[in-house]
Amino acid sequence: MTNPNQTQAHVLPRWTTQTLLYTVLLIGGIVMVIPFVWMLATSLKPAKEVFLGNFFPIAPTFANFQIVLDKVPFARWYLNSLIVAVLTTLSVAFFDSLVGFVLAKYEFPGKNIIFIFILSTLMVPTEMLIIPWFILSNNLNWVDTYWGIMFPGVMSAFGVFLMKQFMEGIPSELLDAARIDGVSEFGLFWRIAMPLVRPALAALCIFTFLGNWNAFLWPVIITEKMNMRTIPVGLSFFSGEAGASWELIMAGAAMATIPVLIVFIIFQRQIIKGIALTGLKG
Amino acid sequence: MAVRSRGLTLGQRRMVWAYIFLFVPLVFFISIRVAPTLFAMSVSLFQWDILSPEKPWMGLENYRNLFHDDVFWKALTNTLLYVALSVPLALVFGLSVALLLQRAIHWKGFFRALYFIPFVTSTVAISWVWRWMYEPTFGPLNKLLALLGLPEQTFLANPDQALPSIVVAITWQAVGFYIIIFLAGLEAIPSDFYDAAKIDGADGWNLFRHITLPLLNPTIVFLTVIGTITGIQVFTQVLNMSYQGMGGPLNSTKSLVLFIYQQAFQSFKMGYAAAGTVVLFAIILLITLIQLRVTSRRVEY
Repeated sequence: MTNPNQTQAHVLPRWTTQTLLYTVLLIGGIVMVIPFVWMLATSLKPAKEVFLGNFFPIAPTFANFQIVLDKVPFARWYLNSLIVAVLTTLSVAFFDSLVGFVLAKYEFPGKNIIFIFILSTLMVPTEMLIIPWFILSNNLNWVDTYWGIMFPGVMSAFGVFLMKQFMEGIPSELLDAARIDGVSEFGLFWRIAMPLVRPALAALCIFTFLGNWNAFLWPVIITEKMNMRTIPVGLSFFSGEAGASWELIMAGAAMATIPVLIVFIIFQRQIIKGIALTGLKG
Repeated sequence: MAVRSRGLTLGQRRMVWAYIFLFVPLVFFISIRVAPTLFAMSVSLFQWDILSPEKPWMGLENYRNLFHDDVFWKALTNTLLYVALSVPLALVFGLSVALLLQRAIHWKGFFRALYFIPFVTSTVAISWVWRWMYEPTFGPLNKLLALLGLPEQTFLANPDQALPSIVVAITWQAVGFYIIIFLAGLEAIPSDFYDAAKIDGADGWNLFRHITLPLLNPTIVFLTVIGTITGIQVFTQVLNMSYQGMGGPLNSTKSLVLFIYQQAFQSFKMGYAAAGTVVLFAIILLITLIQLRVTSRRVEY
């Protein structure tokens, strides 16, 4: 990479600038990691150690995790979060791609109006829709159901916009050739277009999954029963009621964080590439 | 081939398929996005108590009450403070780290991932971790201050410090996103620009000031807009980091969305809360319009 690097090279020797650079990056990195270390350290402390003032546990124990699992249905919250995030992601992946495909590859009256119509819904903040959604869910008995948690997110206007951009890159001649071979219109989408937009689709899936896994505002409103909470909602209520039992709160926070951390470490490259590619916020 | 089956041309047949494919999504966007938008606006004109069957017409009374509500004004000022503090902080730190990372030779991917971790983790969990970090007697931050010989603070329990303390947690979580976007922006700057400027004798600061910064302008605008819109909707951190989720002490951390949430789901004043959401919508619309004006005024360098 050619960049200001070389200009500084004749002011200071390269190894000096590089040492300085890594020192600053390392300090920043420690700041980013310390809260996680503190969370894990506290979660492994026996209750009597929490107020001793030592940073790391003296006699580490996994007991806190067991206590949390005994007190609240954490496993059930995992399941709820997983069901909601997986089904929502599948739905968004399917419908947003389909709409993107149609808007990119078909000619029909009203096409531009429909596209602008869908995009314009992006300007409305979720908070504005939550009161109508809640009144609707209340009337239709959707409170405390998976469908109730999921329905606002089964399609996303941003995903439509994203997939349309990528679907436009598919050559129309390819689709026409497949039509001559007798491929149905749905087959064109499912068997030809979908495999060609895989990178964009993967980015969309990762962000939809993370967004739903971490979602708080709508799930906290639509779930009332303990058993229907998602992890963020359950953790929030549990922590609010745990008082000064910080070792339990941190065990809960660790249980909520670790699966995402593992997923992130595995897909780190794709996630970061996806963010830069789409500029979208999870 | 059934080109003319059912009396339709090939083009017409495809048109029919397009409408069939769009049917379910259009029903969704109309019923779950557009209709609720209009419904929220109409709810804001009623005294809409969810528990009572009577929903009397209020006209603009909800809005009038809102503008006479001290807590609403406090929440609105707090929200603007969250934005005014967290967005510039994240921009400065994000750009600084991105510039360092761009010059790093080794471990670039490792540091990028490290800074990005907080962004993907649950905001609820992160908020409770920070709350524990800020704990005045046993939290590590006061321990650190004591170690450095500085006076200990009460952080979240102090009306003057609570909001800035939450801003730190918000910025800490968001900065990874800013870094990634800045890195992408920096990589898009053609190296010829730097080479040409260096021939003209420009040095480090001048290169940054006259080439990097102007060419990064679209990235800065993009991040400012995204950051502002996200900041205006701040909620999860405030609810989880203030005592009993009330936005205290003394409403000093209460955000607009938390105010709306409390009105709608704790006081059950849906009409009043809906009026609050319409104000929120108006603010976001205004920002979007300003963004459109700024970004459409493209400057060639």
